[in-house]
Amino acid sequence: MPPDRPDEHPLLPLVARGLTFGINGRRIIKDVSFWIGSSGRTVILGPNGAGKSVMLRLCHGLLEPTGGEIRWGELSVSQAREQQAMASQHPVLLRRTVKGNLLHVLSVKGVARSERPALVDAALERAGLAGLGARAARTLSGGQQQRLAIARALVLRPKVLLLDEPTTNLDPAAVRGVEELIGVIGAAGTKILMTTHDIAQARRLAADVMFLNDGRLLEHAPAAEFFAAPKDPVAAGFLAGELPG
Amino acid sequence: MTIRTDMATGSSGFGRLLLAFALGAVMIAGAVNGESRSITIASTTSTQNSGLLEWLLPQFTAQTGIGVQVVAVGTGQAIRIATNGDADLLLVHHEASEREFVAAGLGIARHPVMHNDFVLVGPGSDPAGIRGMNDVTSALRRIGSGEHVFLSRGDDSGTHKKELELWQSSGFDPRPASGGWYRESGSGMGATLNTASAMDGYALTDRASWVSFGNKGDLEILVEGDTRLHNPYAAIVVNPERHPHIHANEAQAFVDWLTSRKGQAAIAAYRVAGQQLFFPDAVPQAGAADGH
Amino acid sequence: MNEFSSAIGAALSMIVTFDAAIVEIVLLSLRVSLSAVAIASVVALPLGALIALQHFPGRRAVVILLNALMGLPPVVVGLMVYLLLSRAGPLGPMGLLFTPTAMVIAQSIIVLPIIAALSRQTIADLHEEYDEHLRSLGCTPIQSVATLLWDGRFRLLTAIMAGFGRAIAEVGAVIIVGGNIQHATRVMTTTIALETSKGNLALALGLGLILVTLALGVNATALVISDAARQRYG
Repeated sequence: MPPDRPDEHPLLPLVARGLTFGINGRRIIKDVSFWIGSSGRTVILGPNGAGKSVMLRLCHGLLEPTGGEIRWGELSVSQAREQQAMASQHPVLLRRTVKGNLLHVLSVKGVARSERPALVDAALERAGLAGLGARAARTLSGGQQQRLAIARALVLRPKVLLLDEPTTNLDPAAVRGVEELIGVIGAAGTKILMTTHDIAQARRLAADVMFLNDGRLLEHAPAAEFFAAPKDPVAAGFLAGELPG
Repeated sequence: MTIRTDMATGSSGFGRLLLAFALGAVMIAGAVNGESRSITIASTTSTQNSGLLEWLLPQFTAQTGIGVQVVAVGTGQAIRIATNGDADLLLVHHEASEREFVAAGLGIARHPVMHNDFVLVGPGSDPAGIRGMNDVTSALRRIGSGEHVFLSRGDDSGTHKKELELWQSSGFDPRPASGGWYRESGSGMGATLNTASAMDGYALTDRASWVSFGNKGDLEILVEGDTRLHNPYAAIVVNPERHPHIHANEAQAFVDWLTSRKGQAAIAAYRVAGQQLFFPDAVPQAGAADGH
Repeated sequence: MNEFSSAIGAALSMIVTFDAAIVEIVLLSLRVSLSAVAIASVVALPLGALIALQHFPGRRAVVILLNALMGLPPVVVGLMVYLLLSRAGPLGPMGLLFTPTAMVIAQSIIVLPIIAALSRQTIADLHEEYDEHLRSLGCTPIQSVATLLWDGRFRLLTAIMAGFGRAIAEVGAVIIVGGNIQHATRVMTTTIALETSKGNLALALGLGLILVTLALGVNATALVISDAARQRYG
């Protein structure tokens, strides 16, 4: 476990016990248990097909586990979801303007009309999209789209942000932009739980790392420890480039 | 309400367009209801297609303020519409059916209004050789025995009923040839004449429809003048005891007008291509001389 | 060829001179068909959304039925509405037979399955894409439907236009329930049928040209709108 700060975070610790998920008789998550107490950035690392995305969706309550349970602090997954937001690899942007995408979230959540413009402007500013508010969301570049997806996730200041492979398919400059944004958000006290298969990215962003392979959690350790000396042989092999990234 | 704010923040003028569309539709739906002081006549295609009603109705409406709507179908269908109470007045041309309608208590009384006559038309080449014959039944026999194409209305209209009666008195039964040389179009007079024109066939038609028909092609009148080709029209007000919503007073006013000197004179005055199409029956002295 | 050129001439002169009788007929056609499409849309769009989003027993059967009903023969609809609205029928006392309202009812029934089936497809496709995002946001079912309808609005508009195209071109139902009454229920298609039967082929073809032009215009507009929207919103 990473050195815990005495967090007051309402959704922590995140606890999973005996978590299992299967579909059509195929088990994708196999008996996973963990405990996350820190509000630092937690990265779920592992090769493609390890079950990272499924794991993230189980934590967010988009999928129902077939076994085991998850709790966010005192709350169930569905209760906790109200204070969470998620952005995924292929962001689902509405067929609206950049602003329209942000306003939609505020409208769904019942934010008063008078408060919306300020929140929208702040979110655009933070995501480096100021001045693009009137553009159609789907005409933005890949990096801009991902930043908009994150900005949209953040517009209501969630306590937890879940990111599923947020930089896949982006060019290096766009990756840097997204990572900077993640850094700023994390520093502001939002718990970040993200998946990646990119070892270098995990090194840059993670406070702690959960290494997932073939549906099993093989190692969970502070980032510094994990990258210096992974205890699990498969993780060591992955870091050495012996597993497909 | 979240949905509405949601829509409103969605985009530009589309919401307003949608709203305008919906409002417009509501207003239109409100505006399409008919006036109250008007009657519906179930009549035959011949009175409408010939333009007679278009000539008469504005005169009647101008004098009485009563609007008239016409549903022009075959006599059989017109009688069914009136039987259901979906029209206030019948103006048709098949005496036997009309008497039956009144006898059954569905109509109040039968008022003869006018007449014209039927004619037998066919291609100018006249393969059956009936041109100028005075006896319509022997002309039909000749068409039948020669198996020349004959177009029947086949739609239970007054003309169709008349045609069947004529076949019957000719002693020749065309029904076995249905689909062969005897072709039942199942449609109005004009559509049947169109078909006859296209197929070089013979057909029975009322003179009014014939004169005002615009697509004669090679067709010509070949047989006319037989007394059995007489074609009387009568008006019957639908019995309001059967259907309380019937505008019997207004309908009766129309019948009274049609059979008045004014109405009869208007009927006699109607001409297409200089030719009188209908001859008044109600007030003989008011009408022009009958050509037959 | 002579028939055609005289028809085109007749059509042009009717349009250029703004022939009052023609204007009346064209306006009534538009009124009836637009009203029918508006009424059908109010029912069909939510219905399409419901079938796209709700899982219930027999849903597949309903989808198949809806797709089949897209080909509902107008004459059959006309006959059913006629029997309903006739004074001798169950809704007879309303006195709607041979009125534009009767035509609106018949056309609504004809286009409803078209709009519902096409909007179901649109919303189902969009839902597959948006579902996770909407659930992540914690949208209520009504919020989800509103979002899907709004974001699918251009494709839904195309569905509505398809319904309109069918309604305005349909003759079988309106001639039965409307009765083709001059100055009351005479629309473009019934006028074409009437003028054809009177042998006024040129006039009929002229009106036909107006109708075709109108249908083309509507479809072209729908295409332009949805293309522009695709470029604008992706």
